[in-house]
Amino acid sequence: MIPVAFDYQRPQTLDEAVALLATRGEDATVLAGGHSLLPVMKLRMAAPELVIDIGRLAELRHLRVEGDEIAIGAATRYRDLVTSTVLAAECALLPAVAATVGDPQVRHRGTLGGAIAHGDPAGDMPAAILALDGTVVLQGPNGRRSVPVAEFYTGLFSTVREPDELVVEIRVPRTGATGWAYEKFTRRSNDWAIVAVAVATMPSGAVNVAMVNMAGTPIRATATEAALAEGKSIVDAAALAAEGTNPPADTHGTPEYRRHLAQVLTRRALQTAIA
Amino acid sequence: MKVEINVNGTATTADVEPRTLLVHYLRDNLGLKATNIGCDTTSCGACTVLLDGESVKSCTVLAAQADGLSVTTMEGLSDDGTLSHPVTAAFRQEHGLQCGFCTPGMVMAAVSLIEENPDLTEADVRSGLEGNLCRCTGYHNIVRAVLVAAGKDPDA
Repeated sequence: MIPVAFDYQRPQTLDEAVALLATRGEDATVLAGGHSLLPVMKLRMAAPELVIDIGRLAELRHLRVEGDEIAIGAATRYRDLVTSTVLAAECALLPAVAATVGDPQVRHRGTLGGAIAHGDPAGDMPAAILALDGTVVLQGPNGRRSVPVAEFYTGLFSTVREPDELVVEIRVPRTGATGWAYEKFTRRSNDWAIVAVAVATMPSGAVNVAMVNMAGTPIRATATEAALAEGKSIVDAAALAAEGTNPPADTHGTPEYRRHLAQVLTRRALQTAIA
Repeated sequence: MKVEINVNGTATTADVEPRTLLVHYLRDNLGLKATNIGCDTTSCGACTVLLDGESVKSCTVLAAQADGLSVTTMEGLSDDGTLSHPVTAAFRQEHGLQCGFCTPGMVMAAVSLIEENPDLTEADVRSGLEGNLCRCTGYHNIVRAVLVAAGKDPDA
């Protein structure tokens, strides 16, 4: 399968990339690792006139502690997350989640920023960042703005990112090496999650629970979180995981099946993370 | 657009359309046919090559993205066209193939896997090859071959 013809540009600096997006944003698409974009272009479900390749911008490949947070450049690959000694000590949920994305070849190319911007409801990274109360940093012609990931997604594959804005950084709090879990349910090892649940213990002591593929966007298991905050048991709190959700139906399962999975996976994840 | 890609140690260049996939560059522009196109959807791994030493699925990489970088295909594993590379030799010794279609991708994925983790266990090999499908289901001997190539005893 071959994509519709397009122009290709590989800006040498972040400023160049942002300037290019400012003038061509409406008919351009940003390419980082290309592991969501190229398959979609090959299927001709996307046909941008211009592809702006930011995959090699060193300015978007950082991963460092900044105060109470970890700043991760948008073009940081899954492989870089998996092997990061900084994350292993400071936010061990992220490498664990990244290690479940696709397969080694995909992890050598796919990027955190790409996954966040693409916003696949079955994607692992958006829910992980949501569990961490992370922030998405966007840069456009008028500078940078930070959006809490809880406000970033507006629907299926839809975000608040404007066409002239680039996802440049993801910021997460330093949650440490323990107190987390990721439970992902798939038919085959490199499939997308039918449902997955990410649990993160925050510096405040709060336990956050985020779910994959239980809605058009990643969502939090708010009833479970509230029950835990009230001192309810893991089993009782996990039983509330699907409360208020309206998960999708597809060939992998009915909404009822997904609601069941959400409860089971939440219980397992909580038992691993905080029991 | 003009791309310059070092393939198997040799500088190559061509004027290609930006939409040219790396696998088509290798097969059609350079005539290197070891790299197969299987599913063409990033699933099967038959098109796996090394990009700057790391396994990638060349059906999901633009030739433009490899511009200025180094690619290794299965042809590049030996200088003389023999099976002298430890991974290809192990695939031969352990009969790690049946129809052979997935083999170049399996071999290149294994080369990358061993490079990243020289101390592989059988479980590491099985999960490390999750991106490569063998439709003959000949996984047993493939896993043995990778263990042998990594210097492990497949019967341990």
